[in-house]
Amino acid sequence: MGSLMERLRRMPLVWQIGLLALALLLPLPLNDYYRAVLWRTGIYAILGLSLNIIVGYAGLFQLGHAAFYALGAYTSALLNLHFDIPLVLTWPISILVAAFFGYLISRPILHLRGDYLCIVTIAFGEVVRLALVNNIFGITGGANGLSGIDQTVLFGLTLRTPLHHYYLVLFFLVLTLFAVRRLENSRLGRAWMYVREDETAAEAMGIDTTWAKLLAFVLGSGWAGLAGALYVARIPVVSPDLARFIESVVMFCIVVLGGTGSIPGVFVGTLGMITLPEIFRFLKTWRDAWMGVAMVAMMIARPEGLWPSRRIRMEIREKE
Amino acid sequence: MALLEIRNLTKQFGGLTAVDCVSFSLDEGEILGLIGPNGAGKTTIFNLITGIYAPTEGEISFNGHQIAHPPLGARKFITPVWWLQWVPARSLREQWDQLRTLRPHEITELGIARTFQTIRLFKNMTVLENVMAGVHHRTRAGVWGAIFRPPAQRGEEAFIVKEAEQYIHFMGLSDYRDELAKNLPYGHQRRLEIARALAARPRLLILDEPAAGLNEQETLELMDLIRQIRDSGITVLLIEHDMKVVMGICERIVVLDYGKKIAEGTPEEVQRNPRVIQAYLGEEEV
Repeated sequence: MGSLMERLRRMPLVWQIGLLALALLLPLPLNDYYRAVLWRTGIYAILGLSLNIIVGYAGLFQLGHAAFYALGAYTSALLNLHFDIPLVLTWPISILVAAFFGYLISRPILHLRGDYLCIVTIAFGEVVRLALVNNIFGITGGANGLSGIDQTVLFGLTLRTPLHHYYLVLFFLVLTLFAVRRLENSRLGRAWMYVREDETAAEAMGIDTTWAKLLAFVLGSGWAGLAGALYVARIPVVSPDLARFIESVVMFCIVVLGGTGSIPGVFVGTLGMITLPEIFRFLKTWRDAWMGVAMVAMMIARPEGLWPSRRIRMEIREKE
Repeated sequence: MALLEIRNLTKQFGGLTAVDCVSFSLDEGEILGLIGPNGAGKTTIFNLITGIYAPTEGEISFNGHQIAHPPLGARKFITPVWWLQWVPARSLREQWDQLRTLRPHEITELGIARTFQTIRLFKNMTVLENVMAGVHHRTRAGVWGAIFRPPAQRGEEAFIVKEAEQYIHFMGLSDYRDELAKNLPYGHQRRLEIARALAARPRLLILDEPAAGLNEQETLELMDLIRQIRDSGITVLLIEHDMKVVMGICERIVVLDYGKKIAEGTPEEVQRNPRVIQAYLGEEEV
């Protein structure tokens, strides 16, 4: 097993193409329900990867990520309903709007550390949800949300079946993976790591820590906005439920469960937090109990996550 | 003109005056030692120079730039005009830049790099990655460069590695290039911190107790390295408790006690100064 992993590591193209082929073929033998489950997994993997930039790379606690997801979804829905803009063209705007709000909220609070930052992000998440529920500016449709959104038309092809949407999300997931891997191994990615390891030393070495943290927040938030827009592409109804606190917690758990800062970890986390509960839907509320038990058990047995990045494992094991 | 000038610098933490009206200056190409008993305010002065703290009173200028002065709120004649930073007008922008206190990374960009008393390396990163941090502010690639990797970004990345390797070699750490910083022996960690600071290509290098915890042999090597650094054109300011190091390499020494400057001069002058002897050995009971 070990030697096989080692050999695969030396041939990145082989396992990358292998995984892509698996992802492409996987939904074919499944029925529509499981294809929808895969679609949902893809959406949350994108959300997890975007949150991983903020929590994993820059080490900032963000417990209001669902707010940006909802902002992206509402932007896409509103532009489509009021201005008849095709959904495809609303995606870039969703990204920009979510990124802009990411900037607005994070700019004044970036100097806060750890738990204080966490509290503010929770509050922001709730503010967004309540604003949507209270039908802010009379455009968000209150607790019922918005409905009657168009179907997605992509290059003349109307996306109707879950399979279509799965492939759409898969495309953006691959794009996200590509971007995130490159960010991780860049000057910016190193700056995030320096800030996470020792902010004072990073600052003294000439790294603009505000710049680094702000970029992490803006990129992460913007990408969550895209996930929101992709949600609207399949589900023509948006409601304030998208911004519920539990959604933010699930996204946070995806990142932490798999291993903070680790890309494969995000997939393991999505599998544990989204796919498995969806498959075991017949167990009803017991699923939530399982989540709680799993979280507690993991914090005791494997605080670094199920598939941690090498570096974070060292950081966490060291603190003990 | 002096490279670094400190005028009437005062820092109070609540009721405690850590630094009390200290003035001294540092010329280009000099090695200046800052000494004094524990708690005399040496590290506080370092933190004031590098922008980690803002002074209560007084100011510091470096190479013609004012790098530290009391924060705006403390000056009664100016209202804190924080929103001015979005005003595009150039003259206003320049005025604002003079009024606000510089942030630590901006001071590093001006040419001051430091090491820390308690070693503050990026422990779980390799030696190379640590030193690469120093090159950060001399390079520009951002999100676009990271994702699309245009030729300019790849060239820059190669430049960062090459620069870092050069300083690793200078500090004699080439064998440890890919080792994690925390796995290095203590003496090498000290060297790595200096390599990281040098990679920022400073004009002024500030060393906070570089010889602490080093053995005889390592200390001698360190003294030699500091001289080499100075000979390459970098001005050095150091805090040190090891008198052999201080007297051996410093051209001038400033002595602090209870936050006040009590003496300044060549090592010989300082050693003879009765106030310095008193501060170190205590007052004689009469």
